[in-house]
Amino acid sequence: MLKIEGLSKTYRTGDKALIDVSFTVPAGQVLGLIGPSGAGKSTLIRCINRLVEPSAGKVYLGDLNVTALSRGELRRARRRIGMIFQEFALVERLTVMENVLSGRLGYVPFWRSFTRRFPDADLAKAFELLERMGLTDQADKRADALSGGQRQRVGIARALEQDPELLLVDEPTASLDPKTSRQIMRLILEVCQERGLPAIINIHDVVLAQSFTQRIIGLRAGEVVFDGKPQELDDTVLTLIYGEEDWTAMRGKAREDEDEEREREDRLAGLV
Amino acid sequence: MTDTAAPRRWKRPPILIHDPRWRIAIYGGGLVYLVLAIGSTEVKWQRVYEGLDRGWRFVLGFLSPDFSSRWVDISQGLVESLTMSVTATVVGILISVPIGIGAARNMAPLPVYLVCRGIITMSRALQEIIVAILFVAMFGFGPFAGFLTLSFATIGFLAKLLAEDIEDIDEAQAEAIRSTGASWGQLVNYAVQPQVMPRLIGLSLYRLDINFRESSVIGIVGAGGIGATLNTAIDRYEYDSAGAILLIIIAIVMVAEYSSSHVRKWVQ
Repeated sequence: MLKIEGLSKTYRTGDKALIDVSFTVPAGQVLGLIGPSGAGKSTLIRCINRLVEPSAGKVYLGDLNVTALSRGELRRARRRIGMIFQEFALVERLTVMENVLSGRLGYVPFWRSFTRRFPDADLAKAFELLERMGLTDQADKRADALSGGQRQRVGIARALEQDPELLLVDEPTASLDPKTSRQIMRLILEVCQERGLPAIINIHDVVLAQSFTQRIIGLRAGEVVFDGKPQELDDTVLTLIYGEEDWTAMRGKAREDEDEEREREDRLAGLV
Repeated sequence: MTDTAAPRRWKRPPILIHDPRWRIAIYGGGLVYLVLAIGSTEVKWQRVYEGLDRGWRFVLGFLSPDFSSRWVDISQGLVESLTMSVTATVVGILISVPIGIGAARNMAPLPVYLVCRGIITMSRALQEIIVAILFVAMFGFGPFAGFLTLSFATIGFLAKLLAEDIEDIDEAQAEAIRSTGASWGQLVNYAVQPQVMPRLIGLSLYRLDINFRESSVIGIVGAGGIGATLNTAIDRYEYDSAGAILLIIIAIVMVAEYSSSHVRKWVQ
């Protein structure tokens, strides 16, 4: 369970990225965070594991006040929070397996990680996850040899290797095509349901957010302007979050994408 | 096409100095200074003429290099130079890696950063020959002074370039490793090292190359190696031996350059 209380972030330049944000994520809930670019979505999820230091407010992970931790304690808290990134953020020159195992770095001492001698249990977990992601054959390949969808699956495996209690997901589909985007979103949702894992997903694609999350929070200029069920997200709310825009046309465009995808699959099926 | 005639005027890109008076004054002033400067240089044409003769003997020595009569000295100098440059490169790398990490603003706190940058600046401010003269004065003639000089110079070179490379890494990868709860050492090992390693290897080989070349220069001020042998040969007017030494230096530098560019391609 995650509780955020009065979280604010003002950057040194004076930009207010977050203003008094409060909400609670109960166990097992997948929450979509939407809003225009610069609304503070990335800053918000980075304040939770303090990759960005919040200026005010509190973050509770269970009973633990993350914002009050010392450096060493923070490292131990970060182990409990898995993170999935935009553009994957894999270490390109390491192998897929090393990338997945890097999820255990918070648990093993330096010399073990340096010599790549991870405990057997960690290895077993990594292989299990790679199998779940359909990447067993790719384990020893360098991360930069994989396709976009495969790389994001490695990213998911790395986060899950931590045995997290919470997933932070930052624009997981930003550099993927529409079909792969849906597959990745489906996969994230599945693993969350399997493990009863709560997740906060930053996503700018409103249609994807609506179809894959249980709750949506809308941010605008650092403030929460909407918090509710995906079905409640109508044109007035979207206008409140994003400003004036032709929402019906956008939905139509998304449907076209899906149709096109289906059509392409049919065509491919015809070839075989 | 439209009916109106195409424009016939274009604008010449601006010239460096706009005002023609200033232009004439500055260019003219430069020319006058050049003429006066050349006029004030004393050239003794007699000596130039004599020098031509000596230069010609040097060219002849080059054309008939004598490897054999001073071979013992030459081979000793070569071994000394090679040992000096290899050991100095290794020691230099070992010292410059921690300093380079410390001098990267994204890896080190401000005080550490300032100290490491200070070391780098000091090493880069002093030219090799000056350092060599100092070390020769401190530790006496011979390759030990040369080894110290080259190590010192390597630190400034490698640590600076490594630090800049570390500051340029893809922050997203580092952020991802930090978010797993990794310690500082693990961050360096997992996020920084894979990103900078190919360039570090390339730079080290390049530095080995430079160190060998420098070793022949600092030998002239007494820091041992092939430079000392070369200096002796020239002092004794043994231009055929000097020619042989120069040819060997050129050959070794070429081999080093060629192989290091190969290795660099391979580690990418």
